[in-house]
Amino acid sequence: METTDADRHLDGNAAGGMLAEVFRFEATTVIVTCAGCGAAGPMAELLLYGHGMGQILRCAGCDTAVVRVARVRDRHWLDLRGARSLQIGGGQ
Amino acid sequence: MGATETVGGGQAGRLAWRLAEVIEIRDETPRVRTLRIGVPGWRGHKAGQHVDVRLTAEDGYQAQRSYSIASAPESPWIELAIERLDDGEVSPYLAGEVRPGDTLELRGPIGGYFTWTVDDGGPLLLVAGGSGVAPLMAMVRHREAAKRAIPTTVLFSSRSAGEIIFRDELDRLAAVDPSLRTVHTLTRNQPEGWTGFRRRIDAAMLAEVAGPPHPGEGLLAFVCGPTRLVENVATDLLALGHRADRVKTERFGPTGT
Repeated sequence: METTDADRHLDGNAAGGMLAEVFRFEATTVIVTCAGCGAAGPMAELLLYGHGMGQILRCAGCDTAVVRVARVRDRHWLDLRGARSLQIGGGQ
Repeated sequence: MGATETVGGGQAGRLAWRLAEVIEIRDETPRVRTLRIGVPGWRGHKAGQHVDVRLTAEDGYQAQRSYSIASAPESPWIELAIERLDDGEVSPYLAGEVRPGDTLELRGPIGGYFTWTVDDGGPLLLVAGGSGVAPLMAMVRHREAAKRAIPTTVLFSSRSAGEIIFRDELDRLAAVDPSLRTVHTLTRNQPEGWTGFRRRIDAAMLAEVAGPPHPGEGLLAFVCGPTRLVENVATDLLALGHRADRVKTERFGPTGT
């Protein structure tokens, strides 16, 4: 398979490590509703941008930055303005 | 950097970076090799989970990547299948320079979405592109270790015959297990006499391999590979009538985070 830049996205699965630094529950199975387009799906299926120190999870449909996490030394910054809601638990 | 740095709050124990030792290295294909790694205090994983691996340069610069665990949860060690990416920061070391006895920093297991245990049942459809086969191989190996004849089809897209990762093991398992089927497609080069598919995975191929939606809950699909393959396959499976909540995806993104 040819690999192009468009192929080079990880997703919310790979963000699991950093998300687990912030959330005390399994975050990748949380159902997130995008504030941009209203699409709802597991956090694992958002597209991941960024590196180890800061990560942005974007809606695959409309590109809205749904979840932003950055780590500066022992402090985390979490920006959820792109998420209309999180559905946590429920047998996930 | 210490081996036991902890980050975050309540789950610091699970998330602790730990020093792990490379036990054995096996070449799988010219570009992919398996690292068998011993992790002191490892409490097991679920098939489909990954670990974060962190390398620290002498000047303190750190690079971190996620690698799916390819070994069965039943194994006392973990195995990672590392694909060498020529422009990578981490993979040239892990796929080239690292030697048995070397140590790595890693944390995990990580992930609760793209996971499967035999108790989740099937029938299973595992769709892989290239090194995206790694977490799916953990599922195949788990299924074999647990000796559960859950109907399973592996649909595996590779560029050429020489680049089929785990080919011998998949063929060997399928030869003795009538409930396991492996279907290959080769997208770039096919050897003489190749009777398998010779194109990218498409809706027609999925319909032929997976069949119509099963009654009841239907098949449980795990799709892992490059972004475009994953999104095309997921879209096609839904269009064929398979349930969205039974199609799980993971984009492996060759460049890593």
